[in-house]
Amino acid sequence: MPVTVKIPVPLQRLTQGKEEVEGEPGTIISLINSLDQKYPGFAERISEGGKLRRFVNIYVNEEDVRFKKNEETEVRDGDEVSIVPAIAGGI
Amino acid sequence: MGFVKGLKCRECGREYSVDPIYVCEFCFGPLEVAYDYNGIKGVLTREKILSRPQNLWRYRELLPIDGEPTSGLHSGFTPLVRADKLGSYLGMKRLYIKDDTVTHPTLSFKDRVVAVALSKAREFGFNTVACASTGNLAHSVSAHGAAGGFKRFIFIPATLEKSKIIASLVYGPNLIAVDGNYDDVNRLCSEVANKYKWAFVNINIRPFYAEGSKTHGYEIVEQLGWRSPDAVVVPCASGSLLTKIWKSFKEMKEVGLIHDVNTKVFAAQATGCSPISAAIKAGVDVIKPVKPNTIAKSLAIGNPADGYYATQVVKESGGHGADVPDKEIIEAIKLLARTEGIFGETAGGVTLASAIRLIESGHIDRDALTVLCITGNGLKTKEAVVGHTGEPYHINPNLKSFEEALEKINSK
Repeated sequence: MPVTVKIPVPLQRLTQGKEEVEGEPGTIISLINSLDQKYPGFAERISEGGKLRRFVNIYVNEEDVRFKKNEETEVRDGDEVSIVPAIAGGI
Repeated sequence: MGFVKGLKCRECGREYSVDPIYVCEFCFGPLEVAYDYNGIKGVLTREKILSRPQNLWRYRELLPIDGEPTSGLHSGFTPLVRADKLGSYLGMKRLYIKDDTVTHPTLSFKDRVVAVALSKAREFGFNTVACASTGNLAHSVSAHGAAGGFKRFIFIPATLEKSKIIASLVYGPNLIAVDGNYDDVNRLCSEVANKYKWAFVNINIRPFYAEGSKTHGYEIVEQLGWRSPDAVVVPCASGSLLTKIWKSFKEMKEVGLIHDVNTKVFAAQATGCSPISAAIKAGVDVIKPVKPNTIAKSLAIGNPADGYYATQVVKESGGHGADVPDKEIIEAIKLLARTEGIFGETAGGVTLASAIRLIESGHIDRDALTVLCITGNGLKTKEAVVGHTGEPYHINPNLKSFEEALEKINSK
């Protein structure tokens, strides 16, 4: 079973409108880089120099990767990865 | 009649037209409303502001709508209270409370942002409004949305205080209680917002919504007699209010309403959720998300969207940050009520308790004209002080019983 990656609206132009794509297991950063092969421009939108951009939140099975190993967080077969822009709210 | 030039990415500066969008497609940075300040200068004068009704729309040239406002026509223009009793207790000569505990109609500063968000949502042609909320926003969207005839979907963490849940339900919205914390609710909502074409006030309407917070700052300046304070203490959840208050002062200078801004901006958080104050105190720009654990639920955002910008404002203005444990929050709620007769919610306790620490540590000068931003009403979070107040004197309905109680009171 591949990794399922949920694509937010601002990136769907790159994925030809797809809300969900499939990726290879590995780490978050290797996943992003492999998706960049398929969807050129994908990696630079959400990462810079191998690090996630400040306003990008990535969740593996609903857990924020910043509570794990950031871009080095492991993703396995069957995992679900969500890419979510930072959201306002609260005070 | 609007003075909005468009939307602009805060990170990379790319420009976008005015649409219900919130994220830069190139770098994921947040989009912000850009104004034609030269056009506003000379059009928005002190005289013009003073001639208008006392609500937040008196600064409408600096708000992002094109036509007439349609929501929150009685919101804003809350009292700026000179807090001499609290001031003398703290050794402060010029202390003020900006009292948003009495904002129309739902008793928190959220009525400001929702007034702008729903006016804009109507201009965009939406008939359904939605939000992810820690409580106050839920009340405000429920109420303003009812008055405006919108369909409403309100997403809250299921653990919210019961009184806050009831205070949304009474307006008849679709209330969705999510098993998870606010950050979980937010993540879910961003997926819902992808799929359903609704006006999510804090997602796709966010650039417009957030601008409403500026009116809290404009009013402080006007009510101080057209000057910005020396120090302002602002509670932080996402950090949005703090950045917008700073923006409001700078804009008033930009359009010629005041001559200069010499305000130090201070961030107040609960220790159980203090990613912003932790970054400020450590002198770093990187916000490390946390899992919130505090009674100040309206501030319990572990992953603050504007946290980075809040740290920059604090640095640029020469301010600082503080965070306080729940016990001090409760004591501060009681202190504000006892000295000034203002019952603030837990976030208000955070603001005052943090201010006390900042005064004692010397970060806030005792001579500084200081404004504390009290953003919500204590009647919404009564649970927080249950068991921490006094008890009533139970008596029988006769004079003898009363006088026995009186004796106890007088001997205290």
